[in-house]
Amino acid sequence: MLVQGIKSRPVYTGFAIDENAQRHLFALEGEGARALLDQVKKVGKEFLAVSEILHVGEAHGKELAALGADILWSAPTTPVLLNRLRQNLINARMGTRLYLSGTEGFIGQAMKVALEQGIDFGSIVTEHRGSEARRVQCVHCKGITDNVTTQPFTCSHCGLTLLVRDHYSRRLAAFQGVCIDAEEPGSAPPPEVRFP
Amino acid sequence: MNTVFNTESFRDDFTFRNSPVAVRRFPFPFHEDKYMYAVNMEPHVPAGPEGHAYRAPIDVDEHYVSEMKDREMVLREDPLRAQALPHMMAAQWDTLELLMEKQAEGFPELFSLTKNGDQWHWINRPLGIDQKFIFGDTSTLPYEPMDYIMRQTQGDICIVDQRDSQLWMDAGVVTTQADWSLDFDLGMNFMEWHGPVPLAHQIGVFERALKFLLNLQQGKPVRRLNWTMTINSRLDTSPENYPKWGPDRASVAPENVGNKVHLRCELQSLWRLPRSNAILFVIRCYLIKMEELVAIPKWARRFHRVLRDLPPELIDYKGLTRYRPTVVEWLSKYDDGKATSPGIFPD
Repeated sequence: MLVQGIKSRPVYTGFAIDENAQRHLFALEGEGARALLDQVKKVGKEFLAVSEILHVGEAHGKELAALGADILWSAPTTPVLLNRLRQNLINARMGTRLYLSGTEGFIGQAMKVALEQGIDFGSIVTEHRGSEARRVQCVHCKGITDNVTTQPFTCSHCGLTLLVRDHYSRRLAAFQGVCIDAEEPGSAPPPEVRFP
Repeated sequence: MNTVFNTESFRDDFTFRNSPVAVRRFPFPFHEDKYMYAVNMEPHVPAGPEGHAYRAPIDVDEHYVSEMKDREMVLREDPLRAQALPHMMAAQWDTLELLMEKQAEGFPELFSLTKNGDQWHWINRPLGIDQKFIFGDTSTLPYEPMDYIMRQTQGDICIVDQRDSQLWMDAGVVTTQADWSLDFDLGMNFMEWHGPVPLAHQIGVFERALKFLLNLQQGKPVRRLNWTMTINSRLDTSPENYPKWGPDRASVAPENVGNKVHLRCELQSLWRLPRSNAILFVIRCYLIKMEELVAIPKWARRFHRVLRDLPPELIDYKGLTRYRPTVVEWLSKYDDGKATSPGIFPD
């Protein structure tokens, strides 16, 4: 079974401010704040006057506030941020550019919200920052486990020991987890940290 | 065709069998004594000896009734096996029309479709169905159109939408699959859903296949064969149920190869749909036991050589690692080293 090198695995090309955008909408989680801060250092602060920043996470709040963006809003948790993002996108006008940064699980969930609003995934700017932990769907029980750091891991829903593959679904915002010892139950290797 | 339908199972006691007629009509997937991925598509036109699986546009065989029972069991357990994204309704109706027309065309003694404007009348004699409905009005059928016709059609389907010079897997009914998940792959593009296939990306197979399929024309369907192996005659080798069928792979021994080990062939046909411009991708699974396969000496010799010389990446991808040596050894008794004739059909 192919585990790595699968074409569906997302590629995060990194932030680059779109000079032609009328409005910039940022959704940033944790270390994802640094993706925006680094752009400001690189291209200056001009775009911030037409920028809205949605942010979740304890670190970097003060640095973001100091940017003086048009709107800065901090969410207590990711689900709260995603609700707000949904409404922002419903209200968004032509010329709005969406930027997502943080862990893969966060980018994936925010992108799922955007896809549901009819935004083409290729138009969304992404940069992976922070932990390499993954969001994984168990292909057997369909339960999703967030923040998976080990290979294999135990499904938090059905308890099977799952191998995390690079196969990725944008629709589910999750990697695929497949039972690692189905052919010889009990033969699963011990978990090792692979996505720190 | 043989219009006697077998009573048989594809789970639990595995009473599936092929009659001698079914063996000879089996779409054997190797045209030479070795195998590698290729863009092996050809026009889907009648071919092969009388009664072969290639004779009808949508094949129906002696397993039809029992396969439909197995599909119903899978769908009762797991409704995620039949899914369509909301923009695919026109393509669902296209699919219903095509599968009704082509089954009736190939097997008029089994099926009939009568159209009077949008008032349609479908008769399916093997399953005892007599359905009048209004084409385009979902409230006149007991299921959504794709779901309805797939409970009466052998094989899985994917309905693939075409936009942005890509193909998107936006609907399907998948209950007889070789270890891939519709629920996971739904909404992916052609490159993404083929992501887990080894080697073929590197040799450009998918790029060429995509280019070819984007230009597929209405009324000019194409086909290709794909294959794997299955232990016990299980149609539902889904990843969802892998914990149920995975242990079977460790149960192969020299004395049970003939009955337990199956070559699994997929006859894939691809059809441009008229209203939606989507592509219907039919993936029809055929199983044959090793003891049935060796009744055709050419196939016994050839399959022995293919399996013996298979590239390691394919052995792993197809999940053959545990039992391949046992099967190669068993098959070697049927390979006298003589040359085989070109093509897939029996001599």
